[in-house]
Amino acid sequence: MRSSPVAPPAGTWRRRGVGRWADSLFALFAALSGVLILLTLAYMVISTTGTALPVFGSQGLAFVTSSEWSPKNGKFGALAFIYGTFTTSVIALIIAVPLSLGVSLFLTEYSPRRLKGPIGYAVDLLAAVPSVIYGLWGVFVLLPLFLQPAADFLAKYLGFIPIFKGPPSGISYFGAGVILAIMIIPIISSLCREVFATVPDDERQAAYALGATKWEMIREVVLARGRAGVISAVMLGLGRALGETIAVALLIGSKVSIDASILKPGYSMAAVIANQFQEATGEHIRALVGIGVVLFAITIVINMAARALAWRFSRP
Amino acid sequence: MSDRTLPISDSAGALGERWAGGRLGAGLSLRDCRPTRRRVWRDRRNKALVILAVLITLLPVGMILYHITSKGLKTMDWEFLTSPMPLSFRRAGGGFLNALVGTVIMVGLAAAVSVPLGIMAAVYLVEYGKRNWLAKVIRFFSDVMTGVPSVFVGLFVYTALVVQFGFGALMGAASLAIIMLPIIVRSTEEMLKLVPQELKDASLALGAAKWQTVVKVVLPSAAPGIATGVMLAVARAAGETAPLILTALGSYQLTAKLWGEPMSALTLAIFDGARNPFAAGQARAWAGALELLLIVLVCTIVARVIASRSRIKR
Repeated sequence: MRSSPVAPPAGTWRRRGVGRWADSLFALFAALSGVLILLTLAYMVISTTGTALPVFGSQGLAFVTSSEWSPKNGKFGALAFIYGTFTTSVIALIIAVPLSLGVSLFLTEYSPRRLKGPIGYAVDLLAAVPSVIYGLWGVFVLLPLFLQPAADFLAKYLGFIPIFKGPPSGISYFGAGVILAIMIIPIISSLCREVFATVPDDERQAAYALGATKWEMIREVVLARGRAGVISAVMLGLGRALGETIAVALLIGSKVSIDASILKPGYSMAAVIANQFQEATGEHIRALVGIGVVLFAITIVINMAARALAWRFSRP
Repeated sequence: MSDRTLPISDSAGALGERWAGGRLGAGLSLRDCRPTRRRVWRDRRNKALVILAVLITLLPVGMILYHITSKGLKTMDWEFLTSPMPLSFRRAGGGFLNALVGTVIMVGLAAAVSVPLGIMAAVYLVEYGKRNWLAKVIRFFSDVMTGVPSVFVGLFVYTALVVQFGFGALMGAASLAIIMLPIIVRSTEEMLKLVPQELKDASLALGAAKWQTVVKVVLPSAAPGIATGVMLAVARAAGETAPLILTALGSYQLTAKLWGEPMSALTLAIFDGARNPFAAGQARAWAGALELLLIVLVCTIVARVIASRSRIKR
């Protein structure tokens, strides 16, 4: 505790009764609230891992290296789900990163003052929309309007490349990836905006003074300065995409398979948990919890790396 | 070139050379320093690309708002707001009252637990912990907790509570509380940090105990900022689906029982509607989506208004 500027004479102003304990009680309660967060997180790991342990034991490494998933026969290989989670997330990043960079550069460098507020609000609005609404909208509006035509187009003109091989389906890794992209754009762009806003104006002016065009200034000053922050923002967006459940469950097609073509239906880790949980029993439930543990481990590693990066580079 | 004093980067000299076209010799005129046509073209092209990115991003914003409103309004009426779900997706009519009640009960319970706990934890971080190791660990792991996939939180509550006590509102609320807690801790911490030290000193100098200073000076002056964080956490919790599938399960019944019986939520009802093939069920899902979007947007807007009226700002 911070000592008061003028210390009272010892003993004269000492609190009596309850007041004597109130301060330490309050401090204790505050500390306990903080510790409760740690306990919850620890218990989360212990409880779920404990539940999944028998399945990890009986399946061994096959749990993450096999793609045979048949609960009836007691075979639980989650590779198809892991593959789907990463494929959709990578597609989402490929679409979302350039768009987010564009939005944040526009808001920090190009936008007239009048447009800054409204466009910023509109993009932030995307972050407030619940994922189930993205799923509903994706299935009934975006699928017939954009996803299916785009998939047809890609298969028709780029079908010779294995990743765009037909017959195309809008309900696919591609469809789920597009929805994920829309969901993570506000996350990546708001973090990038903060990063770009911290670039000192002097350096912008210095680049102009050297004869740079606006774009050259952005590339050599704003982007170069903000590189670590941008990478960290992208990783936080990736963390969100990996764990996203409902919108992906509705758009990925729920097919347990590993397909090189992104225009084919597949499955993701979070989606299989949400879809199969209600009908699962016994060992099957344990296997789904096991998938959750693997997903948790992956997202934690990525999030911690992103925060470590942001923390290392945020210091001058 | 002597450019080492320039602050931008080590390569500034090389850049200046390139940008000025290597024409910084004798007889320099401004005309010579003009960027080449190629550089001007690239500058314009990239500006166009940036604007294109903004337009592409704004497209889904407008489309989502338009489609949810237009499709939702078709089914949204007094009956939808005041009656529970019919037992079949084929049947038209009925509404999401049971789901709305479920969302309100579960989010309310979750807030009742996570708001005081989160605020107290933030008080510890700012007023008591400062830079000791425990505060650092708590800060780091509450950051980690914001990144935990919500479906994993659902799995945790399932293995820890549902296995013993069955599906129900309390279990759903527990999962939502875990999701809200780190959001509240971090936003409250940011706000408490902004309370001026002079204010605390003044209170202590008047003879207030530390806890009195926190309760009567620090928290009230940070209240608008804390309220903003709470509203955002509420909006996030109201929009969660995945953890509720594993904890509250969903139901057709209008119920206020907190345990022993599954409970519905708006998100669960929309998810079911989106998965079924019948037009009546889908129509209700759109109206439910409009209802949920309004709740979430109102929370977000209230949060913004409170934040903009607050005297203490970031």
